[in-house]
Amino acid sequence: MTIIVVMERVSTDAVKIAIASGKGGTGKTTLATNLAALIAEKQEIALVDLDVEEPNSGLFLKAEQVHKESLMKQVPQWDTDKCTLCGYCTSICQFHAVIQLDPSILIFPELCHSCYACSELCPEGALPMAGRKTGDLRESQAGKLHFIECRLDIGEEQAVPVIAYTRKYASKYDHLPIIFYDAPPGTSCPLIETIRDTDYVILVTEPTPFGLHDLSLAVETVRMLRIPFGIVLNRFGIGNEDVHEYCRHEDIPILACIPNDRRIAQLYSRGELVYRYVPEFRAALEPLCDFFLDHNKKAQDERDRDDIG
Amino acid sequence: MKEIVMISGKGGTGKTSLTAAFAILGGKDVVVADCDVDAADMHLLMKPDYAHSEDFHSGYLAVIDPFQCTGCGDCMRICRFNAVEVRNRIYKVDPLRCEGCGYCTRICPANAIKNKEKRAGQWYISGIRTGSSMVHARLAIGADHSGKLVARVKNEAKDLAFEERCPYVLVDGSPGIGCPVISSLSGANLAVLVTEPTISGLHDLKRVYALVKKFGIRAGCIINKADINAEMQRQIRHFLLDEKIFHLGDLPYDEAFTNSMVAGNTILESGNETIIQLITSVWDKIKSLTS
Repeated sequence: MTIIVVMERVSTDAVKIAIASGKGGTGKTTLATNLAALIAEKQEIALVDLDVEEPNSGLFLKAEQVHKESLMKQVPQWDTDKCTLCGYCTSICQFHAVIQLDPSILIFPELCHSCYACSELCPEGALPMAGRKTGDLRESQAGKLHFIECRLDIGEEQAVPVIAYTRKYASKYDHLPIIFYDAPPGTSCPLIETIRDTDYVILVTEPTPFGLHDLSLAVETVRMLRIPFGIVLNRFGIGNEDVHEYCRHEDIPILACIPNDRRIAQLYSRGELVYRYVPEFRAALEPLCDFFLDHNKKAQDERDRDDIG
Repeated sequence: MKEIVMISGKGGTGKTSLTAAFAILGGKDVVVADCDVDAADMHLLMKPDYAHSEDFHSGYLAVIDPFQCTGCGDCMRICRFNAVEVRNRIYKVDPLRCEGCGYCTRICPANAIKNKEKRAGQWYISGIRTGSSMVHARLAIGADHSGKLVARVKNEAKDLAFEERCPYVLVDGSPGIGCPVISSLSGANLAVLVTEPTISGLHDLKRVYALVKKFGIRAGCIINKADINAEMQRQIRHFLLDEKIFHLGDLPYDEAFTNSMVAGNTILESGNETIIQLITSVWDKIKSLTS
């Protein structure tokens, strides 16, 4: 199978590839972990789990933790002594995170977007910003694979700032050839935050009506952001031909087809890396690995040439 | 009127397929609310007629008037979302980055920035093939405020159930534990957790249950594809016992689920007797748990 993809590169940082899908449970994490581990057999790379609501990649990698930190979000804190209860802050906040209940100001940190408006526009300086824990970031390592994951604390509503911070943290691996992102499901703000600066998006889907419907939403999103993308078809063999038909019609490359196989489901259920046990699965991923590595080698050569020039 | 919310933490465990089956079993007693507004699929099985549709506006977007802008750059300096860009000395707001906080609108010395209401999607009230109604929605591509759209869909479904004296509102929730899930859980009478016996299924079940517990909502659990991994099935059962979560039943891995989806109907219409009986008994338990 030949894969024809054009990536327009403007920077010389790592190639960033997001593995996403509209529908949940189509095999994003399976693909991300197996692809990353398979490439890491030859090449140092990084994988970042940005599905911060339900991060699962770590369950499959069994990597050793090397770093942990709490993620903080800045929210206003009410200074009773300075506040004159003028109520200006409550009129500023668009998110209903600051309300006045005489004689006090109530702050709902889960609703706060950390825009700083109330804090910086308060005439008395009575709403200084302070950190509040919203999630945990962990970094671990397994051989040549650097793995970063972030988990949102239970009850916290906003995944976006946590995703943004984790991406920034992961940029310390920009010198590596490839950084993979395991993206959250859906097509709303968490997905956009994950894929906005990526070079390529792999959309994982399954050949079912739900798979196709959610894929078409994801395709619309990725096209809006003008990111090149291709499709990996998982559980190939079930359902119908409609996803193939759709890809032909829309001129979208199908990068790989992963067969529907009970062994894969069982290995997944135990938290194993599938490619190590199922040769057909490995064979389906190999052209993808070669493509990304080869592509990167070309980029590297160009970089070297530029350096000499 | 009782509100039953189907969630799973992990995606792809079979939430929507099962919700659709319960909607068929409940018939006219059930108003359906598809609150997975981000990737809504319920309509593929329920044949809605889109009888009523409305635009949904939520949140704001800052827009700079280039004729009034003096190019002072204050907006760019205060924006915490890096949403203001400048090219050839023209200041512009990136609609995908702007969160609509209104800070720039307030401080612009030339009064050149307006906060405009954003169209975040559309929602519908439909008659469906069960003889009942469904409230569903489509979030605009890349829009935020999915939690607010979820709240809207749910409240419309509740009003409808009240008017039509329907005993149940059945909510298909979204994966994850973030704002749309929190929004679909608020005010629910019962959370039905759909899981699968995989290491990630259990991991995500624990996280979503922690959220359900925080809300103090009663919970029941269905283990779907239960025969994929006996050991994980055992571990999930243990977890349910420890947490006193009502075990609603185990369903086998069955490609009839996919085949029925391809045919545009539910497992009740294409499955065998055994699975139909299993699902019917789960639905009966759900009803008894809410009474």
